[in-house]
Amino acid sequence: MSVAADARAASAVARTPGARLEVRALRKSFPTGEGPDLLALDDVTLHAAAGEFIAVIGPSGCGKSTLFHILAGLEDPDGGEVLIGGEVLERRLGACAFMPQRDGLLPWRRTIDNVTIGLSLAGVPREQARARALPLLERFGLGGFERAWPWQLSGGMRHRAAFLRTVLGRPAMLLDEPFGALDGITRSDMQHWLLEVWEEVGSTVVLITHDVAEAVYLADRVYVLSPRPGRVAAELTIDLPRPRTLDLLGSQEFATQEAKLRESLRLHSLS
Amino acid sequence: MGASSTTNTTTAPGALVSSETPAPRRRRRRTIRSRLANIWPPALVLIAIVVAWEALTSALSVSSTVLPGPALVLEASWQDRANLWPAMWTTTKEAVLGVILATVVAVILAVAIDWSRTVRRSFYPLMVTSQTLPIIVLAPLVVIWFGFGTAPKIGLVALFTFFPVAVGTVQGLASSDPDAMALLRTMGASRLQLLLRVRAPSAIPQMFTGLKVGVTYAYVSAIFAEYVGAEQGLGVYMQASKNAFRTELVFGAILVTTLLTLVLFIAVALLERACMPWRRPTQTEVGW
Repeated sequence: MSVAADARAASAVARTPGARLEVRALRKSFPTGEGPDLLALDDVTLHAAAGEFIAVIGPSGCGKSTLFHILAGLEDPDGGEVLIGGEVLERRLGACAFMPQRDGLLPWRRTIDNVTIGLSLAGVPREQARARALPLLERFGLGGFERAWPWQLSGGMRHRAAFLRTVLGRPAMLLDEPFGALDGITRSDMQHWLLEVWEEVGSTVVLITHDVAEAVYLADRVYVLSPRPGRVAAELTIDLPRPRTLDLLGSQEFATQEAKLRESLRLHSLS
Repeated sequence: MGASSTTNTTTAPGALVSSETPAPRRRRRRTIRSRLANIWPPALVLIAIVVAWEALTSALSVSSTVLPGPALVLEASWQDRANLWPAMWTTTKEAVLGVILATVVAVILAVAIDWSRTVRRSFYPLMVTSQTLPIIVLAPLVVIWFGFGTAPKIGLVALFTFFPVAVGTVQGLASSDPDAMALLRTMGASRLQLLLRVRAPSAIPQMFTGLKVGVTYAYVSAIFAEYVGAEQGLGVYMQASKNAFRTELVFGAILVTTLLTLVLFIAVALLERACMPWRRPTQTEVGW
């Protein structure tokens, strides 16, 4: 890759410094048709400092996805407030970059046009958007595949494309169990690679996961949500040095942190 | 057929890893071969029928006014080509323009129905009800209102073709992936952007399914409209031939109508493929 292209890559990434995310006393319930409404989130307060990587972990049905939908602006809370970059926004849609569980690539857009869709929605001319994404494709292991249709990509490549689309998006990233559908080997590769990219990009990340080891390996802090209605049951700071590498996974400190989180999760899932 | 599509699926994920060209080319060759395999069985049946028809008509010496043999049909039609050709041309113009008109109106209406709940609630039931009208009985009225020219025929063809295209497009638009819609909304997409980037491309396959059903009516409805009253066209040609007891020419016109419908159908299928370059080859293979 040429020096010019490198510089362009750097600038494309550097343009997304982290934004602080915060939710206060969030409450959300859904109508069930008959009977009382289903309370999904109750008094959830949590935050992610600018550039911080936090994980939200909890049993199925604890309202993690609802929390994300509210953060992303797809739904409005019944109570409480959402602050992005320290402000309560009139319209949150478009403020955070959201990566759904499925990759969400559009079958009719080539890889390069899929990753630049956020830019193109924002009115950036196609050629300009492509020029910005092209050097990053290489960095994301998608070099040579810019003109491929989504069905021609492997599972891992689809995820990297979906993640590049997220990185090119906004200063805060919401990752909803991004690696849930991947096989073990690919998942571990992707986790490591996500860390590398995040350390480079420096944007704020909120990760939803089921996976205790994943949360410990990736996050600065972990919020444990209780079963429905979701409440913040515990908050753990993961005291592990960065940059973290795969060697860390076998270490004693890692095992200690993992055991602590597992215990906390067990405690609050049973209650 | 089944075997070839499974091989395609297994080669798909890494198709571009080594180099860009060989895989698609191989795929195309395989597609052509499987298509030939599709064509042979019906072709053989057709040939058998034609041979039997010829043999029977000559063996039983049936009068050509009642049932002309295939050889006579071809020969007579060829000799009458000076009359047949302009008739074909007129009817083709009506059929094609009718299909285009129907598609344009159907797509506009489908998008409106998809866009606005009010339009959907007020138009969709009427659209379905309109299909229960016997369009055939409208033909004489259309002639009374608009005369013997080409325009009323185009309108009638459009009436016949419109419904499957409109319903297909409405359903296609509604079949868009809600997750993709949510994702683009989180990126701040407007409704118009969602329509253009997600809903419209999602609707293309079903729109074409409707169009393929629609075009099979195109020539038949044009000919019917001509029966009722026209200056030229295959309908007029058929009637004139019948009145002159030239049954072989009626058969010739029927044959021509079938071939033209087939050509129109294939043209739509090719257009469909051209409109969706992103589709996996295995999906389009079954297309026609």
